[in-house]
Amino acid sequence: MSDAAITVEEARKTYRGARGSGTAALDGLDLTVARSTVHAVLGPNGAGKTTLVRVLSTLLRPDSGRVVVAGHDVVREAYQVRLRIGLLGQHAALDEELGGRQNLELFGRLHHLGARRARARADELLERFGLSGTGAKAVAKYSGGMRRRLDLAASLITEPEVLFLDEPTTGLDPRGRAEVWDAVRSLVGGGTTVLLTTQYLEEADQLADRVSMVDSGRVVADGTVDQLKTATGGDRIDVVLRDAGQLETVAGLLPAPRDAVTVDADRRLLSAPVSDRMAALTAVVQALREAGVEAEDVALRRPTLDEVFLHLTGRDERVKEAA
Amino acid sequence: MTSTAYALADSWTMTRRELARWGRQPAAVVVNLVFPVMLLLMFGYLIGGGRGVSGDYLGYLLPGMLALSMAFGLEGTMIAVTQDMNKGVVDRFRSMPMADGAVLVGRSAADMLQSVLGLVVLLGVAAALGWRTDAGPGAFLGAVGLLLLLRFAMLWIGIHLALVAGKPEMVQAVQILVWPFGFLSTVFAVPESMPGWLATVARWNPISHTAAAVRDLFGVPGAESGHAGAAVLWPLALLAVFFPLAVRRFARLSR
Repeated sequence: MSDAAITVEEARKTYRGARGSGTAALDGLDLTVARSTVHAVLGPNGAGKTTLVRVLSTLLRPDSGRVVVAGHDVVREAYQVRLRIGLLGQHAALDEELGGRQNLELFGRLHHLGARRARARADELLERFGLSGTGAKAVAKYSGGMRRRLDLAASLITEPEVLFLDEPTTGLDPRGRAEVWDAVRSLVGGGTTVLLTTQYLEEADQLADRVSMVDSGRVVADGTVDQLKTATGGDRIDVVLRDAGQLETVAGLLPAPRDAVTVDADRRLLSAPVSDRMAALTAVVQALREAGVEAEDVALRRPTLDEVFLHLTGRDERVKEAA
Repeated sequence: MTSTAYALADSWTMTRRELARWGRQPAAVVVNLVFPVMLLLMFGYLIGGGRGVSGDYLGYLLPGMLALSMAFGLEGTMIAVTQDMNKGVVDRFRSMPMADGAVLVGRSAADMLQSVLGLVVLLGVAAALGWRTDAGPGAFLGAVGLLLLLRFAMLWIGIHLALVAGKPEMVQAVQILVWPFGFLSTVFAVPESMPGWLATVARWNPISHTAAAVRDLFGVPGAESGHAGAAVLWPLALLAVFFPLAVRRFARLSR
């Protein structure tokens, strides 16, 4: 058995529209996730993240390619996969009319735990997710954060080998988000492999060991957060000016090709990738002095994942136009 | 456990889920049971007397109302399945190691139980209003069987429509369309009282055949005989079409 909890090779999935037109949601996607790690799949809306999770969790068959989860093929051995996975979908997968405990007992029974173990497991999970006091209340009356925690509890009934979280914190307030993050962190020690999709770079930064950036149904970059940041050209230099009218002039002075420089007019901010930190800092300060431009701030920093993503998908242009 | 035992256990768990929902929403269950009673009282007393029906109207109307309430069950099934599909809870079921058909079997078992309850309530109210039947136990059970067979066919149409259309707006459309479908029948009036083309439509309606067969089995005076065959064949024909369609549609959610 390999060390990979998830292996995806050349997965393709096209949704057939009317008159035979199709949209490729997965366009030859490759992905490997090591056991007992948290892997974030990062990408904008429509990048194929949800389709990927649906394929991995046996809800959707890929048109072609090989997809193996917890040692079993998702198409040929769907049942074996289902025994080993937990799924937290984008929409709460709960019976809203039933109580929290009733929901967990229902899912426990469907996992064939038997009545007594299903009840015990429900109590355990309610306790663990801080829902003991509200187990009798109908889920429809839960807050967003509570509902998400119950949903997460429901996906952990059998302590799955692999857990899929599809945008687990979308739509939650900061407190609900923190609750879910804590819950995910507490899982990782137990040996569970977690694959989570997110639009929030901060979420990937906070939770994931490795990140795959997805765009148009393909992985455009893959690595640790640090590796990805380095791949973008490492550090960046930010220059904040006093006078927004000088932004264009200064953009030409920075030690980077003009099209790698981003301009944020509202904040009077220029940002450029640099390779040699100290040399770049000296050069920029010198160039500003020679041009007689007053800078409010000049600073070196690591790139954000936002910049990594925009850099890798070649969407820098669009951001500049929008700025 | 064998896979058959698992399939039965899962289906029973899914049925119990529905029963637990009743426990949570008793008012909704009562409304569902009271609605056909209301129709019975309204047409039996308020509007009063079907056109062309001679003699005891309650005796004529009751089998029709029983059949109509079975047919209207289509709505309830469709609403429940549509809700599940839109909530994402079906996704969780499908990602679990449970028997493939348990979601649909559980749904149909629960709906059939509710329909039996509905029949008991309607018959009970009619009895309280003075309705009596000469039917022996065999004929009586035969009538109940025909009614539940119609309900079973409607159930699978409901599941299929929910899986195909799957949107609350479509549920609304169906909720409106069941009315002309239900009323273009011999539930309330004898076909001889209708214009020719309407009478033909009403006679063809599967609800009419079930209603007529039940009247015959209940021994309603003046009831036409010879509808039992159609009352069996119509639902079976509908099932032969919609059962495989619905099952196929459910299996193809993964396409």
